[in-house]
Amino acid sequence: MALKIVKGSIDRMFDKNLQDLVRGIRNHKEDEAKYISTCIDEIKQELKQDNIAVKANAVCKLTYLQMLGYDVSWAAFNIVEVMSSSKFTYKRIGYLAASQCFHESTDVIMLTTNQIRKDLSSPNQYDTGVALTGLSCFVTPDLARDLANDIMTLMSHTKPYIRKKAVLIMYKVFLKYPESLRPAFPRLKEKLEDPDPGVQSAAVNVICELARRNPKNYLSLAPLFFKLMTSSTNNWVLIKIIKLFGALTPLEPRLGKKLIEPLTNLIHSTSAMSLLYECVNTVYIDVNTPPLPSLSLSLCLYLSLPPQLCVQKLRILIEDSDQNLKYLGLLAMSKILKTHPKSVQSHKDLILQCLDDKDESIRLRALDLLYGMVSKKNLMEIVKKLMLHVDKAEGTTYRDELLTKIIDICSQSNYQYITNFEWYISILVELTRLEGTRHGHLIASQMLDVAIRVKAIRGFAVAQMATLLDNAHLLTGNMQRMGICEVLYAAAWICGEFSEHLENPMQTLEAMLRPKVATLPGHIQAVYVQNAAKLFATVLKSQEGNTDSTAAQETSQLMIDRLPLFVQSANLEVQERASCILQLVKYIQKLQQKDVEVAEEVSALFAGELNPVAPKAQKKVPVPEGLDLDSWINEPPSESESEDEQPKAIFAKEEPKHSRPRREEVDEKELAKRREARKQEQANNPFYIKASPSSQKVYQEAPGVEHIPVVQIDLSVPLKVPGLPMSDQYVKLEEERRQKERAEKKKKEKKKRKEKRSGRGKKHDSGPESEEDITPAHQVDIVTEEMPENALPSDDDDKDPNDPHKILILHIVKTFVYDIQGNLQDGSQVVVSVIFENKCDSFLKSMEFNVLDSLNSKLQRPEGSGPHDGLTVPFQLPPGVSNEARFVFTVQSIIMPQKLKGTLTFIVKDSSTHEKLDFKLHFTCTSYLITTPCYSDAFAKLLESGDLKCSSVRLEGVNMPFHHLLARICFHHHFSVVERIDSCASMYSRSIQGHHVCLLVKTVSIDAKCDEPTLLGNVLDEIKQTFSQC
Amino acid sequence: MQFMLLFSRQGKLRLQKWYVPLCDKEKKKITRELVQTVLARKPKMCSFLEWRDLKIVYKRYASLYFCCAIEDQDNELITLEIIHRYVELLDKYFGSVCELDIIFNFEKAYFILDEFLLGGEAQETSKKNVLKAIEQADLLQECKTEKHESFVNPSCI
Repeated sequence: MALKIVKGSIDRMFDKNLQDLVRGIRNHKEDEAKYISTCIDEIKQELKQDNIAVKANAVCKLTYLQMLGYDVSWAAFNIVEVMSSSKFTYKRIGYLAASQCFHESTDVIMLTTNQIRKDLSSPNQYDTGVALTGLSCFVTPDLARDLANDIMTLMSHTKPYIRKKAVLIMYKVFLKYPESLRPAFPRLKEKLEDPDPGVQSAAVNVICELARRNPKNYLSLAPLFFKLMTSSTNNWVLIKIIKLFGALTPLEPRLGKKLIEPLTNLIHSTSAMSLLYECVNTVYIDVNTPPLPSLSLSLCLYLSLPPQLCVQKLRILIEDSDQNLKYLGLLAMSKILKTHPKSVQSHKDLILQCLDDKDESIRLRALDLLYGMVSKKNLMEIVKKLMLHVDKAEGTTYRDELLTKIIDICSQSNYQYITNFEWYISILVELTRLEGTRHGHLIASQMLDVAIRVKAIRGFAVAQMATLLDNAHLLTGNMQRMGICEVLYAAAWICGEFSEHLENPMQTLEAMLRPKVATLPGHIQAVYVQNAAKLFATVLKSQEGNTDSTAAQETSQLMIDRLPLFVQSANLEVQERASCILQLVKYIQKLQQKDVEVAEEVSALFAGELNPVAPKAQKKVPVPEGLDLDSWINEPPSESESEDEQPKAIFAKEEPKHSRPRREEVDEKELAKRREARKQEQANNPFYIKASPSSQKVYQEAPGVEHIPVVQIDLSVPLKVPGLPMSDQYVKLEEERRQKERAEKKKKEKKKRKEKRSGRGKKHDSGPESEEDITPAHQVDIVTEEMPENALPSDDDDKDPNDPHKILILHIVKTFVYDIQGNLQDGSQVVVSVIFENKCDSFLKSMEFNVLDSLNSKLQRPEGSGPHDGLTVPFQLPPGVSNEARFVFTVQSIIMPQKLKGTLTFIVKDSSTHEKLDFKLHFTCTSYLITTPCYSDAFAKLLESGDLKCSSVRLEGVNMPFHHLLARICFHHHFSVVERIDSCASMYSRSIQGHHVCLLVKTVSIDAKCDEPTLLGNVLDEIKQTFSQC
Repeated sequence: MQFMLLFSRQGKLRLQKWYVPLCDKEKKKITRELVQTVLARKPKMCSFLEWRDLKIVYKRYASLYFCCAIEDQDNELITLEIIHRYVELLDKYFGSVCELDIIFNFEKAYFILDEFLLGGEAQETSKKNVLKAIEQADLLQECKTEKHESFVNPSCI
């Protein structure tokens, strides 16, 4: 034996250690894979040896190889071997390897449970530490369930080093095994006031993370955290606490008010940028994110921290030379913008400066911000700046980003901020000069949208589009499908459809029939052909109007000459349209030769306006008589599909919502999905009028083209010069126009003042013009919406207060979940914590909780109130919110389970009706038991004393692993395991009145002893019931 | 924090720590993608980027990139602070740390990280305490095994 050890260590001298391996890999750069495969062979040899040191060395090398991307899952068992070494050196390597290589599906993890448990209870704190660290990486639901109790015990370890690790890892355990949260929570809460700052910070961390997932259950901790927040100086802890409040405040608006002062203090005083950023972020941002966006507004009012304060602080961040702070400042600013646009808008200069930054990510952030900052007043200026950047921008990605942003900014909320559409059309035309963009389609759809919907602009748009068609050769450099040539699609269609506005339709017709057109993508050619026919009709009409029949015949000849080019097209659509139109023109020519007037008939082919379809049109189609939309066409599929089990919520078990029919919910979801998809489709379709989200803007029937105030402008703008930037001139013109308007207004005011001769006019005088003062140069004229012919007279279809769903929901006002806990200090007190959850859409207030007392159990009421008075619940419930209240009961005898009847009354705010909810509280005997640890010697003494009465119960039909069985008893019935030998375990618990309950659990039966036989019988019944349910 | 990666300017992974359970294939894919994205960024750019639904915080120290992935609600600046702390810890432990220290003593680098972060959360904010814990654990190791071979690195940062 001794020889073997010596031999082993001599062998080891020749083994490669990790350093040798690393060096070797670095020396074999060319044939790395080959070198590593020989190393892996060596490692396999080493793993076969008995010497643990050799094995550990091999595992260490494997961990390194794993990082390089090699598969080492085959060595999982060896890793477990090294983990279970008694020497810390090797154990450490083993756990490291496990934490790097194991994942949930590694099957050997099952083998580690006992080893880890042993290490957790090791007298050496570093053994425990290493086990905890490792476990945090590979904890599985099974491990979490089996070890939850052990880790919970470690949370009260004497060494803070272990305590803090145990607290942190509990979070992972909760995630994997949510049932452990309830028993562990009180201890976790205790740790918030641990004397060691590390442990305290760990507890804050864990609770903050838990609260982010499910804030409702942590509202009751708010006062404690408030205290911590005002006393702590540790920035790491403060950041977490502020984050926690960010999650809690939307549920409890009153918190907001309390937070103002400490938050303002922090914002003013802190030198740590991370803390400042967190404050600003939380106050204005986290509260605005779901789940309760509707509350956010009121919250900001509650928080009434002046947004200027935050914006000022953010300005400092953005002005900083540090790119990181700049970026975060902009990021936070864009979030504040959503709620406080006014306070951000004043920093426009700063944001525009950021567009010049070297860092692309900062420029993109600034662009995002600009989107929200535009107003009628500054739109032209901002877009002008952006256009400058488009010219300067290098790299197509950023330029394309700029392009889409410009279009987004201009078209947002139904062109709300555009006062001059001629300017916008010029911007779009200028954008077509961008080379290599992929957003031709976007520009095209904007052109179509504006030309169709803004009637007044059509004359101008058509002229511009004609110029574009004339200079098509400038655009055809990029022939990709989504390239800039896409705008020709729009140009051709606009010129064709609104050809009556063309000054020289003949010229445009010729431009559309040029041979070069055949090089365009097929779908554009098809539009060309179709619209050439429309133009042809217009031209004929004007020529016949002038009784110029030769010219008309020449036009037909032109069509007949040019169209064959398209008939030969490889694109089916083009071919079909072209040959159809060619035959038509040939027929027309025949008629013309017989001196027949054809223009009227030809125009009739394209008569009638193509109007946009109203989004609600489909809805307005009346249902034909005798059609029942609700009856099944085919038999519904059978509903026998098993309902999938609902995932368990952390801490609070949700009661199944029986009253709400399941299918209806699905239908609603499905409907919402379809609605969304339809909206999406409509948004992309220029022929739909988009629903206008802005309520300010009221569209009126436009007075018609002749009433537009700036028709004269057309003369001053040289339309026919291709590629000249014109938008700038509009900016100037617009300024002039506004100045004129202002001057006129002043004149009027002066007049008024003169007439009135009073000093009150001062208010109107100088000062920046307000948004409302700017009258748009064009009315956005929504072309009359197309509605189905026999649409029903308008029943308001947006919101129906008599929605059947709402009535239904009102009845399911709330559910509540309760938890009963005994009070150790007082043997006759039981605390019932009830979680109220408001599931309806209305605010609930004046809740009163009342229970019909029995002889044995009484609700503790404040002094002076009668025995039948209810207790007021100390909070109100906004929709969707839950909160916890505690009620204390006095119980005389605890040996029998009890049921208490009670009622909850409350007022629904909207309807101010009193509602009543009946409930039953079930006091089980288990709820009088308190988990109490017991040592095996004390346990043995207790059993020997002979004071205990015996009883037993058989567990039938229970087939679960033994440790699951134990875990269940521990969690559901508040027992702790005293000792476990194979498939036999002794367990102990104690009642609040000091009864000892001892169990001897085997796989099929439980023998039990207790000094109170009735209590014991009831507890056993309850245990049996627990297992009969599974 | 979801994970932390250390990689060199050449794109070689030097250390990885995952705080979310993912299969190896997915880990490799994420690593490859992130290393490419981060290396492609210009030196003057800020340390944050949005990637999938995560926020990536990275910082370059000499030839090494330290890269962390955090969730949407997490604080970027504190994550930068975590990275910096970790570098300081490595520096204190190795005495002016360089890439080679981390390559050759990669298990030590992990041990330090594990004392500093647990399950993706900072467990000890005091540098002194972290180093103390590491030293004592090392001491425990030294008593039981023969002395560690010391390694002198030719090229330090």
